[in-house]
Amino acid sequence: MGVVCFDVKKLVYVYLVRYAEEQQDLALLSISTFQRGLKDPNQLIRASALRVLSSIRVTIIVPIMMLAIKEAASDMSPYVRKTAAHAIPKLYSLDPEQKDQLIEVIEKLLADKTTLVAGSVVMAFEEVCPERIDLIHKNYRKLCNLLIDVEEWGQVVIINMLTRYARTQFLNPNINESLLEEGNTEGKTFYPSDEEEDEDEDEKEKEEKKAEAMAKRKPYVMDPDHRLLLRNTKPLLQSRNAAVVMAVAQLYFHLAPKAEVGVIAKALVRLLRSHSEVQFVVLQNVATMTIKRRGMFEPYLKSFYIRSTDPTQIKILKLEVLTNLANESNISTILREFQTYIKSMDKDFVAATIQAIGRCATNIGEVRDTCLNGLVQLLSNRDELVVAESVVVIKKLLQMQPEKHSDIIKHMAKLIDNIQVPMARASILWLIGEYCEHVPKIAPDVLRKMAKSFTNEEDIVKLQILNLAAKLYLTNSKQTKLLTQYVLNLAKYDQNYDIRDRARFIRQLIVPTEKSGALSKYAKKLFLALKPAPVLESPFKDRDHFQLGSLSHLLNAKAGGYQELPEWPESAPDPSVRNVEVKESVPEWSKCSAREKRKEKKVDKPFYSDSDGESGPTESADSESNSGSGSDSGSASDVSASASESEESEEGSESDEEEDKDEPKHNKKKLQDMKKPTHNTESEQSSEEEKKPQRKPKTRKMSESESESEESDSESSESESDESDSEPEIRKKKKVDPKASKPVKKEAKKESKKEMSLLDLDDFEPAPSPQVTPVNFMSSSLVTDLEGLSLSDDVLAPATISPSSSMKSFELLHRITGEGLSVEYCFSRQPFSPDANMVSVQLHFTNNSSSDVSALHVEDAKLQSGMRVKEFPEIEALAAGDTTTAVMGIDFCDSTQAANFQLCTNSKKFLVSIQPPVGELMRPVFMTENEFKKEQGQLMGMNEITEKLTLDSHCRNEHAIVQRVTTAANLSRVPCGADHECRFAARTVTGNSLVLVTVAIKQEAAQVTVNCDKMLIGTMLVKEILQALAQ
Amino acid sequence: MVPLPPVVAAGRGRRVNMDLSRPNLQLSVEGARTGPQRNWGEAGSEEDFKVKNETKRREPPSPSSTMIHSLFLINASGDIFLEKHWKSVVSRSVCDYFFEAQERASEPENVPPVIPTPHHYLISVLRHRIYFVAVIQSEVPPLFVIEFLHRVVDTFQDYFGVCTEAAIKDNVVVVYELLEEMLDNGFPLATESNILKELIKPPTILRTMVNTITGSTNVGEQLPTGQLSVVPWRRTGVKYTNNEAYFDVVEEIDAIIDKSGSTITAEIQGVVDACVKLTGMPDLTLSFMNPRLLDDVSFHPCVRFKRWEAERILSFIPPDGNFRLLSYHVSSQNLVAIPVYVKHNITFREGSSQGRFDMTLGPKQTMGKAVEAVLVSSQLPRGVLNVNLNPSQGTYTFDPVTKLLSWDVGKINPQKLPNLKGSMSLQAGASKPDENPTFNIQFKIQQMAISGLKVNRLDMYGEKYKPFKGIKYMTKAGKFQVRT
Repeated sequence: MGVVCFDVKKLVYVYLVRYAEEQQDLALLSISTFQRGLKDPNQLIRASALRVLSSIRVTIIVPIMMLAIKEAASDMSPYVRKTAAHAIPKLYSLDPEQKDQLIEVIEKLLADKTTLVAGSVVMAFEEVCPERIDLIHKNYRKLCNLLIDVEEWGQVVIINMLTRYARTQFLNPNINESLLEEGNTEGKTFYPSDEEEDEDEDEKEKEEKKAEAMAKRKPYVMDPDHRLLLRNTKPLLQSRNAAVVMAVAQLYFHLAPKAEVGVIAKALVRLLRSHSEVQFVVLQNVATMTIKRRGMFEPYLKSFYIRSTDPTQIKILKLEVLTNLANESNISTILREFQTYIKSMDKDFVAATIQAIGRCATNIGEVRDTCLNGLVQLLSNRDELVVAESVVVIKKLLQMQPEKHSDIIKHMAKLIDNIQVPMARASILWLIGEYCEHVPKIAPDVLRKMAKSFTNEEDIVKLQILNLAAKLYLTNSKQTKLLTQYVLNLAKYDQNYDIRDRARFIRQLIVPTEKSGALSKYAKKLFLALKPAPVLESPFKDRDHFQLGSLSHLLNAKAGGYQELPEWPESAPDPSVRNVEVKESVPEWSKCSAREKRKEKKVDKPFYSDSDGESGPTESADSESNSGSGSDSGSASDVSASASESEESEEGSESDEEEDKDEPKHNKKKLQDMKKPTHNTESEQSSEEEKKPQRKPKTRKMSESESESEESDSESSESESDESDSEPEIRKKKKVDPKASKPVKKEAKKESKKEMSLLDLDDFEPAPSPQVTPVNFMSSSLVTDLEGLSLSDDVLAPATISPSSSMKSFELLHRITGEGLSVEYCFSRQPFSPDANMVSVQLHFTNNSSSDVSALHVEDAKLQSGMRVKEFPEIEALAAGDTTTAVMGIDFCDSTQAANFQLCTNSKKFLVSIQPPVGELMRPVFMTENEFKKEQGQLMGMNEITEKLTLDSHCRNEHAIVQRVTTAANLSRVPCGADHECRFAARTVTGNSLVLVTVAIKQEAAQVTVNCDKMLIGTMLVKEILQALAQ
Repeated sequence: MVPLPPVVAAGRGRRVNMDLSRPNLQLSVEGARTGPQRNWGEAGSEEDFKVKNETKRREPPSPSSTMIHSLFLINASGDIFLEKHWKSVVSRSVCDYFFEAQERASEPENVPPVIPTPHHYLISVLRHRIYFVAVIQSEVPPLFVIEFLHRVVDTFQDYFGVCTEAAIKDNVVVVYELLEEMLDNGFPLATESNILKELIKPPTILRTMVNTITGSTNVGEQLPTGQLSVVPWRRTGVKYTNNEAYFDVVEEIDAIIDKSGSTITAEIQGVVDACVKLTGMPDLTLSFMNPRLLDDVSFHPCVRFKRWEAERILSFIPPDGNFRLLSYHVSSQNLVAIPVYVKHNITFREGSSQGRFDMTLGPKQTMGKAVEAVLVSSQLPRGVLNVNLNPSQGTYTFDPVTKLLSWDVGKINPQKLPNLKGSMSLQAGASKPDENPTFNIQFKIQQMAISGLKVNRLDMYGEKYKPFKGIKYMTKAGKFQVRT
């Protein structure tokens, strides 16, 4: 404007914007000034001109606004671009016709790389075209990376949008876990209350679903972009802005794997210190979360204790959370708290507390009687409201087991003289009527009293009096006939039509007349039917279908403009849409997948190093082989086993370091010392032979990274006396070698990163190579590579025979039945990396016929429920006389049932079946002696199976026993201090149940003990081991 | 040309805005009050009435959504004394729903923060006995709005010293200017106090005087460049002759003590408030002696999070002036030292209309520091008519209407413990109350952070001068409650 004075100018703007709609002509006069302002060299003036211009709600200037926005969107100054983004929704609300053009502008602004613009443009996106999710793809990674620097209000909008985006683009990280949980942990479920209920309801249906889902299940690997989002939002939990914290919390709740959701609890609890309005919203959300993930907030139980100064609505919400958190272990403290709450002056709150006690009592059987007694005591409270509320709750509780509590019913019958609250009176009457058999003497008397006061009662009480009369008439008509008639007569002339109606109905039903219909026969059934006890549920039970933190969730009703949170997709859409030509940051592949892999195998135990889980090899080297790994997942322990191997080889030179590792190492040494003299000359020779070609490359690598001593040579050689094909992996491992200092580590990481991203295109494609280690093993992570390696070079059972050389082969297809094609299979004991729950089976094809066989593949698997098969990639051609190998994975569901399927060539089909020996249904785990003992202590009784046998003369030494046992079953040796005892541990592949084997030797007698919570497996394993030892 | 009319319009505009808040208000409030009351008896028709009313007002349902449509400020007596619309005008009759909810709630703080109405949602916060009611029309995260409203209040407080109805009315122009800058089309634009202060100068007595004489204004003459910088929280071109940086470490003890004196729950929440007046663009680092104490922290956006994660050092370019650098929670593993204890004996005898009251305060685990500014307050049972007490020190008051007893003790002298003793008279004939009052205790301990947190050092980079640095510790009672 022409005026110089800033103050006036500002106020003119305020005025203009406020009244433009009403006085359009006047407003139009000012337009030209703003247009001039849009060309001003000062960016701030350009911005504020656009801002005011776009705020003028006059339809005629829509084209001018459109033009101005378009121009501003490509302005030099990010601030002007931000203003342009702000102007978009304004124009859109003025004229929705412009949508298409506006989307173009949004698309352009979304590509902006400044933090200033990001928040505003996403806001515009949300308002104009939230359905155009495709616009986000290219900007996804950028938004994630910028997020932390965006201003706080923008963060909220972006996080909410990304939550929705992630739900459409990524796979549910909990899908495997939820299935696993259902599948394996019957009885020991993690969240007992929820699951048990469910199970009772529709077990069959669930069973079917489960089988279906299991069949569908694929190995879950978190998309690195998914990980990126989770990682970049986590620091925002530390924001001072409650809205940002809540947004991150909901993002984690909806998107993160179960094990990681816990991090939000602390931040949410912190918000409870804030203003009461913030508390109100946060508590609502916490209440919803506690229903699904109770464990998360249990440590913070005390933060939800109620103070007398809290506003009532906060108190009631806290009560809700406390009730949700109650379980067997903390119920006594919670009930003690509740006791003090009952004495509060806030009567609404007291009533809510009584209801909460009722809910605790129904949910936790142990305290039901205690609660009931407490509530009965409250019946003598002076406050009528308290008494009334207790009556109502007691009524519900009694319904669960009325026989036991007739004295309480009697006590309540007496109360009817004093209590005036209609609801309570009605409850008592109902109770007496329902259980009149338990109080045969009192009931008619109560009816008599009620008949006297009938006319003065409230309507609900009257209805219950009628109810009581009818029930008594049916059970005890001698005493109550007249009374009932009297009551019915009174009701007949009542003012309320409901009561008149009810009286008429009851009379027809129970009083026998000539005309009475067929129904009166069933009167007793109608009135005295067994009623199911009410379920006291949280009002927050089903709220989580709304996005947490949203207005709709708070109101438990869909608010206008609410964007439904989409369900996870069945299969992930193409992740490559997010690839941007110029990558600013390569996603850290190795890190993500390595972590995910481990998590997937073992969910509920914490993986032991959160922050330095950067890459498998480095980590395993740093971590101590004996401390964390035993409790950890299979793969991790494998890795650390391999690490301990390398450490050991270095030990000669650095033996004074790492004192805490000493103990097991001594054991190992002792073991080796002991064993050396008794070594079979034969096996030693063979290992010596194998050693020779290998040692050279290895030594070279070793000397590169670490100084090596002679001793290490001899030691490592033993562990290496296994497969020859693990060699390249060793080299790789050495490349990323352990002890490397920081810069080296980084380099190594980068290297692996590059490798990964090169390979990521064929990530999920079946491996084309028939090698034991298909290519996709590598892309999934380095760790898996090492798994394969470490499995075999098990230091602790040095005598383990190398799997590939002496692997027992079974015939799958005989040469004659296969018309020239013969197939053998063996269990390679390698982890099947595409799916950790599968046993990998190595197939060896030989074409003995004179013609080529082509298109070898698996078809039409006929499996027991729950079993799954991952076929080997089709073998295109097998020339005459040629042989080839392939690997397939089978999930046997921890049973020795055979997996049947058809092996097809281009022309023929052969029905074949693979039956696993029980020993192959497990994978070795590493654990320390103490852990072993602890675990064994927990698997006593039914889970322990013991057999005795006499040992042959040639297998009385430890070495031979170890060898035989490990051949029979895929077990790993556990270090053992005691002589004459060998211990082994493994976990079943699917169920992850621990299998512990102890072989105690006394001269020529031996005792084999197997501890496993799957008894069938235990029994079979004992037999297998006995057989192996007896040979 | 154009210059003249807008000026006139501006003058009018101002008046119109002011005027709007007066006469109409009475009417609409009247409507709000009488409307629901008339219909009180028939529960069923109430809803219909609302809907009818709403449709009569004929508010056009807007096609698109905006985060915050309008803001109404309502004082304790239920008058709408200020309204601001960021988009088309929403009739103030929408506040009727709020008044209804207010009537239903027994206490002012029990008004639900979110109230759904047929066409809008009302989200309100209560601060300084003023309700800030935001009108929204569609899905918005409620915390987003609540947090923003609190930020508005904080800004007012920052500008006017207090946030009262009088202060807002006195500074109505600044208030409008602020609201205009803080929200654009309902989306928060500039909420950072440093930027706002560059845009709109806070009023001071001196400036008001100068302004009235010279006719100059509050609005900054210079354009705010802070908005454009990478450190949006700091204004540019800061200059001081005395460069100083003060940090206050304030810890609050939240505790619930039960009848027998044992601690049910106790935790320490702390904040580091800063007052930084440094020239130029200083880059500060603050390190603690024992950062492991801090369990959960939340930062001002200026703090570099990565640095904290890696080194446990606070590194930041501070905003100019007062700000809260950090708030933290001390990990619950550490036992919390409770600095005061309370001995109490409150009895009501059955039958008689008298009750006895006896309470003594004493220091405990204070590490030799004096416990000051002690204030005990308690809500006595409704049956208590009056009290007749005798404090050994300080003064006490009892409000017979609200039954609120408060005792201003002052400083606790460990040699002579403060004691409050006497009798309570109860309603004649009423049975003895079975509720137990709880005591809320406030106190302050200077020069001590109860968790033992200590600042190690403060370094400044990026500027040449040597600033004056100061650190102050204080412990306060937060929600400190003793149950009886």
